[in-house]
Amino acid sequence: MIKSELIAKLAEENPHLHQRDVERIVSTIFDEITGALAKGERVELRGFGAFSVKRRPARVGRNPRTGESVQVDEKFVPFFKTGKELRERLNDS
Amino acid sequence: MSGSTVTRAHLSEAVYREVGLSRNESSELVDAVLMEIADHLASGETVKISSFGSFQVREKGGRIGRNPKTGEEVPIEPRRVLVFRASHVLKDEINQGLLGRPART
Repeated sequence: MIKSELIAKLAEENPHLHQRDVERIVSTIFDEITGALAKGERVELRGFGAFSVKRRPARVGRNPRTGESVQVDEKFVPFFKTGKELRERLNDS
Repeated sequence: MSGSTVTRAHLSEAVYREVGLSRNESSELVDAVLMEIADHLASGETVKISSFGSFQVREKGGRIGRNPKTGEEVPIEPRRVLVFRASHVLKDEINQGLLGRPART
């Protein structure tokens, strides 16, 4: 399923809403999550999962082809941990 | 990372502000969006949200695990796990926000 299919499905289930409202709802949700992570905040959605940001310190990496060392700068990576309820749902079918 | 935690209530509040539905309906719709995604994942389907990331269900085989405290062997059943792959847009937003630049490499 892709975002446009998600929007179409929700619009179908909520006939009193305009498609553009459903689009804004979905975009707002993911924009809020993105914005929170970009401030280093954690996003915890009970039953679904939690998004957080982990720091990867600077390190000296190596080009596996040439063996040459390269400086890799510090960076932050997003991380998702599946919530208990969703994890159980994935396995009870 | 430090800082406060964003919850379903914060998302509902944002939807209320941005879309202009009632608070109640905003909260119901946040739940409906997450529920819809969860339903598809539970059926084993991948869910892709452009410029955010994709959620994919992976099958893990069974293996023999070990209780790290007692050293006792315990069987781990085959199971399905969810993996999230962040899009480049999301990674860039995060590094732009926290480092003031996109991550290199």
